[in-house]
Amino acid sequence: MTKGTNLTKAAVFRATGIGKSYPGVRANDDVSFAVAEGEIHALLGENGAGKSTLVKMIYGLVRPDQGQMWLGDAPHHPADPRAARAAGVAMVFQHFSLFDALTVAENIALGMENPPPRRELATRITQVSHDFGLPLNPSRRIVTLSAGERQRVEIIRCLLQNPRLLIMDEPTSVLTPQEAELLFATLRKLAARGTAILYISHKLDEIRSHCDRATILRHGRVVDSCDPRAHTARELAAMMVGSEMRLIDRTGRRAGDMVLRVENLSRSAPTAEGTALKGVNLTLRAGEILGIGGVAGNGQEELLAALSGEARSIPGSVTLEGRDLSALGPEPRREAGLLAAPEDRLGHAAVPDFSLTENTLLTAGARKGLVRRGLIDHAGARRYAESVISAFDVRIPGPGTAARALSGGNLQKFVIGREVMQAPRVLVVNQPTWGVDAGAAAAVRQSLLDLARKGAGVIVISQDLDELLELSDRFCALNEGRLSDPVPTEGLTLDRIGLMLGGAHGMEEARL
Amino acid sequence: MMIDPLSVFLLLLSAATPILFAALGELVAERAGVLNLGVEGMMITGALAGFAAAHGTGNPFLGFLVAAVAGAAISLLFSALTQLFLANQVASGLALTLFGLGLTAMFGKPFEGVKAPAMPTGPLRINWIVWLGLIMVPLIWWFLNRSRAGLILRGVGENHDAAHALGYDVRLTRVTAVAFGGAMAGVGGAYVSIASVLQWTEGMTAGAGWIALAIVVFSNWTAPGVLAGAWLFGGVTVLQLRLQAAGVQVPVQLLSMAPYLATIIVLVLISARQKFSRRAGGAAPGSLGQNFHALR
Repeated sequence: MTKGTNLTKAAVFRATGIGKSYPGVRANDDVSFAVAEGEIHALLGENGAGKSTLVKMIYGLVRPDQGQMWLGDAPHHPADPRAARAAGVAMVFQHFSLFDALTVAENIALGMENPPPRRELATRITQVSHDFGLPLNPSRRIVTLSAGERQRVEIIRCLLQNPRLLIMDEPTSVLTPQEAELLFATLRKLAARGTAILYISHKLDEIRSHCDRATILRHGRVVDSCDPRAHTARELAAMMVGSEMRLIDRTGRRAGDMVLRVENLSRSAPTAEGTALKGVNLTLRAGEILGIGGVAGNGQEELLAALSGEARSIPGSVTLEGRDLSALGPEPRREAGLLAAPEDRLGHAAVPDFSLTENTLLTAGARKGLVRRGLIDHAGARRYAESVISAFDVRIPGPGTAARALSGGNLQKFVIGREVMQAPRVLVVNQPTWGVDAGAAAAVRQSLLDLARKGAGVIVISQDLDELLELSDRFCALNEGRLSDPVPTEGLTLDRIGLMLGGAHGMEEARL
Repeated sequence: MMIDPLSVFLLLLSAATPILFAALGELVAERAGVLNLGVEGMMITGALAGFAAAHGTGNPFLGFLVAAVAGAAISLLFSALTQLFLANQVASGLALTLFGLGLTAMFGKPFEGVKAPAMPTGPLRINWIVWLGLIMVPLIWWFLNRSRAGLILRGVGENHDAAHALGYDVRLTRVTAVAFGGAMAGVGGAYVSIASVLQWTEGMTAGAGWIALAIVVFSNWTAPGVLAGAWLFGGVTVLQLRLQAAGVQVPVQLLSMAPYLATIIVLVLISARQKFSRRAGGAAPGSLGQNFHALR
């Protein structure tokens, strides 16, 4: 890797006055910033602040309406990603841009302009991945890899091109803490070689400890630019959201009697990609929040399905207040007071083309008495939908709106609100704030705490460890379908949690 | 009753050829992520167009060329619907089949009762189109698994969003793959009219397009698998014809049904075992049958 060394700290990438509009939305407005050589530059903002649109323009996926971009001294206006790659821009995507059925080598070849012949490419992959301490077997198929390993594939794909600017779009959202550390070690190595790194995230602690500069976006505009190490997480959050964050109120809860007992719950994997549950045990008391952490794909969906009643289990494995629910389906379990909100909002928790009124009927029909003698009480359903909408601040025209038309955050508030307002005895939620912006996430978390305060038991399954530490009283780790023994959340550190989650995949080899 | 194995094999090659062409073409289209149920329609279009050209010019090879062009042309209709207007692929494919059958029934009237020109034979007294079909198997395998263009095509079929994000033209790749599938189906159809039956009759492809579709699934989306499926169908076809000729006391309807039945049964048995597990290796392309729309 040879590079002009006389230009230390020169700007590798500059943008001035970038603007982009979509029908009804101003995604970016007059955005200007610069990334220097060897710098890890954070792009910070809430969901919908315009971060993704901005980097898509740099990568040639979207064309700006206004403004100028420069890469080094040359104007940078790539017509498509291939032109951007040729100019020296590489990108690691938030939702991996990988091809599941193809091998590591084939995936990497697809991300290169002029890949070498197959054998040579395999040798280079092995070599580069070894140099960076990210071991990869070029002939393995992507489906067999963990999330951390998949990200390695994306990173190696970028590294093989010797990029001048590397863009990373929320890379740590699917990683365990240890895997994230490994990633940052790699990024620092790269930066030391002179690569400029544009790092997108809304995780403030991560940015404070690893980034050299931060540009903060709000509603498509640059609102500030600062050295993130000189600010507290709270100050950064205030810049990002535009106001002080609401503090979560954890007070006033008291653990009561046991409400839910799960004993030796096992279930074979429902699909080839699924995970089998292996002898899961847990107890939940009234007023308690139990956090279940783990990287996605370790049995979260299967556990939720076994609790909600989508999957039945052997007698005695799921008991609610002394009543055996193992053989019952979702509807009788709801009537008994065990409610659930699955991870997939659109398609699992809500029917995309149904209105919110119709969607409330799907889970609240029995508990709220919205169905009488097989006939729907439309006025009642509408009233209930309206009460959820107002209580949970769902920002939409009205209950007749189709679920599909709601933003992720609004729909999540609605889905959680629909269950919470049925006053369940036990509520199980999976990824309650995934892809939801900070304001809506705080509202959802507060509603779960309020529900527990009123005496319900709550199980929160999440990949967001900060969320679990904030909410839960006890914490368990779900790893390959096995649930660890619970530990009290108080005094628990991220490192300890990381170890409970089984550590990073392949960490030991990587550290050699 | 004497059934000479070599002559049966040579007849099998011939009987398998229409389906081999159609299924190889559909394989490429499906690997690009497009489910085109219009194979039957494209075959029958090729059968008529090819027969007309061969009869008009007296050159059967010109007939196959015209059949390929006609198959590709009618496939563009499907491409326009599904790739440009984002219409449902299943419905559009069914419409293409019905359209092809209707269109050829109308324009085929003048060619009924006319004889096709003679097909010259190649090495081993097997005609050239059979040879071409056999050569296409390794060629398509090589294209899909070893060439850059084939890798991009598989990428588009596996995850069109990722392919788009990496800068590949999903729509162009798919239209090209579907057109190739149309050309191959056209040649397959023309083989029925020009080289096998030697005349034109309405609806003469007799469901071969549907069998080709089934074989693509049964092959687990691989070229050698397609060859095996086509030979299975061809083999049972030849056997039942021999049995009919030998005057076996089985109703003709049952014998005629046998190739279809055998192919479907094998298909079901194999798929029941594999469950099309993606982890087990090789399976349906990830974006098969889904329309792609990019926000720009």
